[in-house]
Amino acid sequence: MRTTRATAAVFAALALLAAACGGETTATGEADEPTAAATEEPADEPAGDDGATDDDASSADDDAATDDAEGPLTVYSGRSEELVGEILDGFTDATGIELEVRYGDTAELAATIINEGEASPADVYFGQDAGALGALAAEDRFAALPDELVSKVEPAFASTTGEWVGVTGRVRVLAYNTDTMTEDDVPDSVFDLTDPEWSGRVSWAPTNGSFQAFVTAMRVTEGEDVTRQWLEEMIANDVQVFENNASQVEAVARGEVDVALVNHYYLLRFLAEDPDFPVANKFLPGDIGGLVNVAGVGVVASTDQPDAAEQFVAYLLSDEVQNYFGTETNEREFPAVEGIEATDLPTTEELDPPSVDLSDLEDLQGTLALLQETGALQ
Amino acid sequence: MNRDLTGVRPDPVGDHRPPPTPTAPTRHGRGKRPASPTHPAIWIPALVVAAAMLVPAVFLVVQASELPAARLLALVTSAETVRLTGRTLLLAGSVTSASLLLGVPLAWLTVRSDLPARRFFAVATALPLVIPTYVGGYALVAALAPGGLLQNWFRVRPPSPYGFWGAFTALTLFTFPYVLLTVQASLRGLDPALEEASRSLGRGPLQTFFRVTLPQLRPSAAAGGLLVTLYVLSDFGAVSMLRYSTFTRAVYLQYRAAFDRAPAAMLGLLLVAMTVVFLVLEARVARDRGGQFGVRGSGRAPSRVRLGRWRWPAAALCGAVVIAGLVLPVSVILYWLARGLRAGEPLAAVVGPAGRSLLAAALGASAAVVCAVPVAVWSTRSRSRLARLVERAAFTGYALPGIVVALALVYVGIRTVPGLYQTLAMLGFAYVVLFLPQAVGAIRASLLQVNANVEDAARTLGSSRLAALRRVTLPLARRGALAGGALVFLTALKELPATLLLAPTGYDTLATRVWSATTEAFFARASLPALVLVLLGSVPLAVLMIRERRERDQA
Repeated sequence: MRTTRATAAVFAALALLAAACGGETTATGEADEPTAAATEEPADEPAGDDGATDDDASSADDDAATDDAEGPLTVYSGRSEELVGEILDGFTDATGIELEVRYGDTAELAATIINEGEASPADVYFGQDAGALGALAAEDRFAALPDELVSKVEPAFASTTGEWVGVTGRVRVLAYNTDTMTEDDVPDSVFDLTDPEWSGRVSWAPTNGSFQAFVTAMRVTEGEDVTRQWLEEMIANDVQVFENNASQVEAVARGEVDVALVNHYYLLRFLAEDPDFPVANKFLPGDIGGLVNVAGVGVVASTDQPDAAEQFVAYLLSDEVQNYFGTETNEREFPAVEGIEATDLPTTEELDPPSVDLSDLEDLQGTLALLQETGALQ
Repeated sequence: MNRDLTGVRPDPVGDHRPPPTPTAPTRHGRGKRPASPTHPAIWIPALVVAAAMLVPAVFLVVQASELPAARLLALVTSAETVRLTGRTLLLAGSVTSASLLLGVPLAWLTVRSDLPARRFFAVATALPLVIPTYVGGYALVAALAPGGLLQNWFRVRPPSPYGFWGAFTALTLFTFPYVLLTVQASLRGLDPALEEASRSLGRGPLQTFFRVTLPQLRPSAAAGGLLVTLYVLSDFGAVSMLRYSTFTRAVYLQYRAAFDRAPAAMLGLLLVAMTVVFLVLEARVARDRGGQFGVRGSGRAPSRVRLGRWRWPAAALCGAVVIAGLVLPVSVILYWLARGLRAGEPLAAVVGPAGRSLLAAALGASAAVVCAVPVAVWSTRSRSRLARLVERAAFTGYALPGIVVALALVYVGIRTVPGLYQTLAMLGFAYVVLFLPQAVGAIRASLLQVNANVEDAARTLGSSRLAALRRVTLPLARRGALAGGALVFLTALKELPATLLLAPTGYDTLATRVWSATTEAFFARASLPALVLVLLGSVPLAVLMIRERRERDQA
């Protein structure tokens, strides 16, 4: 009896403790500690890390009364806080508009907005896959964006209908081991990888969203049969399967495989940690294997703050933010705005991405079916 | 309290009959009124709870019905669906069998034998339950993958962690404690007289275990096994890390890939159908045939069985389980942490997320206990079929993938209680829908260990039905309520999909921190929140076990 009461007391104390140390909702999804590093020097440390004082930061946010009677702008972000937290925090500094950010999976947040319907609390959706953006557009969940915003962006990076714009691009590459190969040893097209000489030396990650977007693009441009044949030949050629991009890059470095189909920016992070990391990216201009997938943003149709939401989109397309994504972060990406280029990466012209309308990349259903059917997804 | 009155019974969750009591209440003249004599204060809330638990399933029916019947039929009978069904059943069946084979002997060793370091192992073998499967899966991959930690440290090429064996190993290690905990509890409540009689009749300890002890453990083992089976049906963390396609993985891929939601809903409904099959199966297994182990009751602690030369092999087995299920994943987390510190990674703040995790989980646990009490009381104290159905309805949300439940609650919540949408109350409710069976099971177990005669006695002495309930039944359920609350608490601590979608905007917890770091492959950054998550989850479990033992020792 006594012990029971003691345990109940422990539970109650836990709840109290929890309430005391940050049970309140923070206004901005965990503000970063405003370190000098974040504001002055190029951020070597990745975004999204809090100092130990995040509670103070959050209570400060709670106290900060906004003049905006409409209250904070709500962003559903499928891009993780690790990658964009710092940038999103900068929006409030730039405009004085408070943000509330819900981080989650790109597709799940898109499904959430669709399920929420007209009452959705989301004002802006920021996702990292053209398929999810296209799906929301197809469900009429986006308001049209003003022309001056859409026209800022390279045509390859925007929706053809102007309901969403790309913010940054990630390009598919072949990562190869520099100890054993030179760039010329690596083929110029993913279609060459079915050659017997590559047997057992290539890896892919069939459950990865970017890989699936690439297969979708191949189906759109080359047709179903060519894609099926390519998948089957790759499997017959003993392609090695991994869970994600990062593990593949590590496998290439270890020499476990020689070539990996990955996104370009994972390598950049490893190189930032270790400049002698024995891996390089081979870009595939003009090949479907060099598909550019975008992270993009759209204004949710049911928003009651269209002005603030458009300001947010404009902020993401501002030179400052575009330069941050293109030059400052370890995970450098291709800026979507015309005329801004990334450091140490090919220009958009050099990339010559395949001419796929990114809005067509929403048929992942068919891609999944094909991956299942060929046995690529076991 | 009431020790002298208690008829201690194992926990027949799913026993199709009430505990065989010498005096079944006949106040209402059976047959005259089929309705149960349960007070409305119990059955009305129980019905409300059951209705709330069925929200996701009803939502799935509505969504699936958007498709024409022909297409639904084609989906259900497609080769892919059949293949997934086979794979899912194979995994659930294997993991459940392995959990029983591991959990029952370990429970017996840690409760009834003279195992070295018995008390330590009693707690430590249950602790793998606090490792989230997505963390455990990562750890397994990091350790076993080609070029992973084991290969680097010991220069051996371990078997590949991917596919069936990896998923099977991870899920068994991280879910078998459900069996362990339920069986341990029922072992502590067994009457030693039967075993003593068996021994005095010349049976050896082994024979006694198989012929006398094991049959008495069947109901509790079945209840624990059911929690494991249905968990496996709903798990996404391990199967995605270890790349084994099950129904739930297909549902997630559908949701992530196809915005045509009806097929995903259909898959979800098939999962509900599978759940029903498992519930029926469990009810059959758990039945206490003919009440051959009728009323027990003696607070005596049974004697410990001497293991003799088996002592050290038994300890080695327990040690191996603790190493694989706890030490290995924790070491991988520590390795990432060390690597991150060496690389000068700033440590993520964990105080705020930890507080928010605790608050949300404590809220979910309390709400689950409150909702579980009427369901458990009604289903243990009434013979009505409806009471049984209500108790079973609680399992729907538990067996469904988290994302399905979360998206259903998004749709329904924003339209019915817009004021509560994306508040802590909503998140707490989601945890109840997801984890209620854990609380119901524990409370049922504690009520079943008490003979209903106690309540009848109170009635005879002039208490009203309600007063008897308040003054006798509910206090008896307290112990189970704490155990159930602790289980829900630690499960809610690890929960992801509902937390991401239904928590207040910006409410980041330890689990969401771990998730956001691991999705971007920042393992070092995920390590500290993961470590704190494991530590916080261990506390209620350890407290519970220690308290349990103290009570035994006092008895």
